[in-house]
Amino acid sequence: MENIKPEKITYVSDDLTRLLRDAGYLELCACIQCGTCTGSCPSGRRTASRTRSLMKKVQLGLKEEILSDKELWFCSTCYTCLERCPRGVPVTDVIISLRNLAVKEGYMQEPHIALCKMFYNTGHGVPINEEKWKKLREYHKLNELPPTTHQYPEAEKEIQTLLKSTEFDKLTGVGDYEKKKGEEES
Amino acid sequence: MASNDSKFALFLGCVIPNRYPFIERATRAVFEKFKIELVDMKGASCCPAPGVFRGFDIETWLVVGARNITIAEELGLDIALMCNGCYGSLLEVNHTLKEDKEKRRKVNEHLAKIGREFKGTIEIRHVVDIMYHDIGPEKIRNRTKYGRKTPLNLNLAVHYGCHLTKPAKLRPWDMECENPTFFDELVEISGCKSLNYKDKFMCCGAGGGVRGAFKELSLDYTREKLENMTAAKADVIITGCPFCHLQFDLGQVEVNNIFKDKISAPFNIPVLYFTQLIGLAIGMTPEEMGLIKSPELKGVPPFTPMKPVLTKIGDSA
Ligand code: SF4
Ligand code: SF4
Repeated sequence: MENIKPEKITYVSDDLTRLLRDAGYLELCACIQCGTCTGSCPSGRRTASRTRSLMKKVQLGLKEEILSDKELWFCSTCYTCLERCPRGVPVTDVIISLRNLAVKEGYMQEPHIALCKMFYNTGHGVPINEEKWKKLREYHKLNELPPTTHQYPEAEKEIQTLLKSTEFDKLTGVGDYEKKKGEEES
Repeated sequence: MASNDSKFALFLGCVIPNRYPFIERATRAVFEKFKIELVDMKGASCCPAPGVFRGFDIETWLVVGARNITIAEELGLDIALMCNGCYGSLLEVNHTLKEDKEKRRKVNEHLAKIGREFKGTIEIRHVVDIMYHDIGPEKIRNRTKYGRKTPLNLNLAVHYGCHLTKPAKLRPWDMECENPTFFDELVEISGCKSLNYKDKFMCCGAGGGVRGAFKELSLDYTREKLENMTAAKADVIITGCPFCHLQFDLGQVEVNNIFKDKISAPFNIPVLYFTQLIGLAIGMTPEEMGLIKSPELKGVPPFTPMKPVLTKIGDSA
């Protein structure tokens, strides 16, 4: 791959070019549209989503079309395509980076925003949010709270400090940004 | 790498401690039997989940993952974990930050705000890897000789889970991800038979944020897997990941509901985490392995009844 220079990535919109360059995805240029990825994809088997055509759209720089399409979120990140691609395109990683870009542009699925709120508020994506989960732990002879952020409020604070530091709170509209939005709407 | 073979920092993640605590219970008990100490990682958080949070913001994923790793670095211990998602996240974060000085510098700038620093002194290990490579099949097999009086004799549908083997590059399975056998070997020590079934290495459908945002799509994967497992006459589904476990346990009930017109009959295959099976094989009780459901608690796992398996192994109370 050494002889492919970033400036050789043509027909690609600015943001996508930068994204690919930063993430070191020069292999994407090597995609020959063979369709092995599509043929391997468990999501493609039951939806209209086609991994091969997604890779083509990236090469063509069809940014808006890619980022606004909810099909970008149909991939279960099983990594089968990445392992099988005969040209070494890190397909799954490209999809993950495209998702990052979609989130930056404000394209996020509602249930995913809810998950971010839980993450910010508790340090867990799946927290103990009902009494029954404490009781279940006790029934299995474990402390009602695990020795995670759930037992250590100062650890919860550390997570919030980090999420502010990376501006994840702003990006996903959680924490202070959720409050701000609430105030604006009321 | 931290060199303490018989001691690990136990990383719990979210789904195990907060939804499927019997996986924690069984794993702690089985590791104790093999004299491996598991030390709590106080104040650990979500790994963060690779399918969702990595998909939202890679930098945040690196920073929060690095924070978790620093907790084990302070203990001077390698991390043992029980979830393929946590494995995917922490393994990749650890590797990235060990290799990429620039990313490490950036991450450490964030971590400095909470008085932490990623140093890159430990390794990340999945409990399947520890059981297979450190404890080893021989030692487990020897223990089963003093274990149960009656053999287990179950037909197992092993579900590896994608991130246990893929991407293959960083994982300890000699780049084998198309047709691995280590998990089958490990669970067959119990005296049970691990079945071949169609598309055995296909994804369960839960990952990548698909379960959260597109439940029916995610469950359609599960339906296909359940059909293939049923065709092979599986008595039990064996998992090595709580999210796959949830997808087969709770998901099975959901599949039976939303696809009732599409499936020929409702599925009813109990789901066991592999340490629960190993524990039974070395003579621990179904109760100790968390197989007995609380009679009082409602709306908690296991959602797919354990009864068929308890009856089959002759332990139905
Ligand atoms: S498998 Fe690789 S080369 Fe073939 S279409 Fe997909 S990304 Fe392109
Ligand atoms: S990683 Fe995503 S795109 Fe690739 S085969 Fe799996 S589900 Fe399809």
